[in-house]
Amino acid sequence: MYDILIAPFVDYEFLRRALVGVLALALGAGPVGVFLMLRRMSLMGDAMAHAILPGAAIGFLFAGLNLFAMTAGGLIAGFVVALLAGLVARATEIKEDASLAAFFLISLAVGVTIVSMRGTNIDLLHFLFGSVLALDDQTLLLIAVIASFSLVVLAVIWRPLVLECVDPGFLRSVSRAGAPVHVAFLALVVMNLVGAFHALGTLLAVGLMMVPAAVGRFWARDVTAMIVIAVGTGIFSGITGLLLSYHTAVPAGPAVILVAGVLYAGSVLFGRVGGLAQRLLPTRHLEA
Amino acid sequence: MNAQVQFRDLTLGYERHPAVHHLDGSISRGALLAVVGPNGAGKSTLFKGIVGVLTPFAGGIDLCGLRTRDIAYLPQAAEIDRSFPINVYDMVAMGLWRQAGLFGGIGRKERDKVEAAVAAVGLTGFEERPIASLSGGQMQRVLFARLLLQDASLIVLDEPFNAIDAKTAADLIELVRRWHAEKRTVLAALHDFDLVRTNFPEVLLLAREPVAWGKAADVLTPENLLKARRMCEAFDDHAGECRVDAA
Repeated sequence: MYDILIAPFVDYEFLRRALVGVLALALGAGPVGVFLMLRRMSLMGDAMAHAILPGAAIGFLFAGLNLFAMTAGGLIAGFVVALLAGLVARATEIKEDASLAAFFLISLAVGVTIVSMRGTNIDLLHFLFGSVLALDDQTLLLIAVIASFSLVVLAVIWRPLVLECVDPGFLRSVSRAGAPVHVAFLALVVMNLVGAFHALGTLLAVGLMMVPAAVGRFWARDVTAMIVIAVGTGIFSGITGLLLSYHTAVPAGPAVILVAGVLYAGSVLFGRVGGLAQRLLPTRHLEA
Repeated sequence: MNAQVQFRDLTLGYERHPAVHHLDGSISRGALLAVVGPNGAGKSTLFKGIVGVLTPFAGGIDLCGLRTRDIAYLPQAAEIDRSFPINVYDMVAMGLWRQAGLFGGIGRKERDKVEAAVAAVGLTGFEERPIASLSGGQMQRVLFARLLLQDASLIVLDEPFNAIDAKTAADLIELVRRWHAEKRTVLAALHDFDLVRTNFPEVLLLAREPVAWGKAADVLTPENLLKARRMCEAFDDHAGECRVDAA
């Protein structure tokens, strides 16, 4: 048992680093994912994750695989797209989902093109799927800072954020906090995606954000419990995924998301809140 | 009587079409005013103007020193996400925003207030129920409980009794009477004239322009109502520009 579960982390530093990285990601991205899901913006997370790519790629174009340049580029691109998508949806007839779909496909194409101009296929793989097993000190620090910052900001904006999800009209009538809170929340989304981008790449960055949140939805009826379950799911997926990757030949990033995916499939089937089994199995209705 | 809300030649609308046209008048402090009129008469538009959601095309609304937070507003189609995982207690407790704000604690005193408000709308025992499980009437009771906690001097209710059964409407109208007794100013858009006649001393009949404003018996006459309906039907997609301002 020890050999399977503990020894890999004791023996290999790169696995320990990966572990710290995914745990921090789970802590930061889980709660953000729950709010994204509750605001019906799950796919927006996906779109923004792709939107980061061209920014990070431009950073790469100028500075190579430089953490600072790629992070700055990713953050800027993420913010720009988040704001643009909101603007386009407000200012034109197109629905937000359609405009985002257009956005993320274009971003992905632009990003891949830019990376290919300068880099090798290895670089491209790094961009698309991350390199969770090669996190250096700086990157770990960045991910940890983002996770801590997210938790603090979420605590600060908790009330208006919940209110904005349930009853935005009411929030507008009692306070002007709505717009700044929305922007702060989008900032958290982008930051967490940039953090996750370094570890999991642009294609899987949303994985630790949305899949655990979706799992939480199947087991809890209130926001706090949902977040606890989402973070727990993220942590469990991180540990198990790394072990799975170590013992088999599955690449680490996909392994983490795969484990989360298995938990999700289980939740769809057996979830206490609206799972399939609960709906399909005959149960006697109550007296009142 | 000192005024709480004053309209000065107020015009409100959408995409240049006026929905409330050149309205003058004032609502005195502590008034209990029913705003009636056909669909499309501008009732909701007027309320949106008062609470500041819509900016007037022309003229103005003077709230006589009221701040946004002193106004409690129940919109006709509240944008509430009923599937959001939140329970009745927390939903009602939102009404404490003015006192609690971003970080203010919810202590013993506040919890008593929330429980009293839940009890006042007859939902004791429902505190832990998610709002997704409530019926339309129960949801309206929740929203009234929240209004109670808001402790506002001006309360604006846009068609609060639509699609609500008689018992619920009767319970909720008691709360409106209570607000009136507490000298709060209450405005309500309504369609049920019997309800208006029995409960509202003052009535504004609106058909984009004010048709009549005064005591219920004087306003709700067949002639006035017919006139209001005719005025509302006369909507012109190709209307020219209104010249009143220039005159």
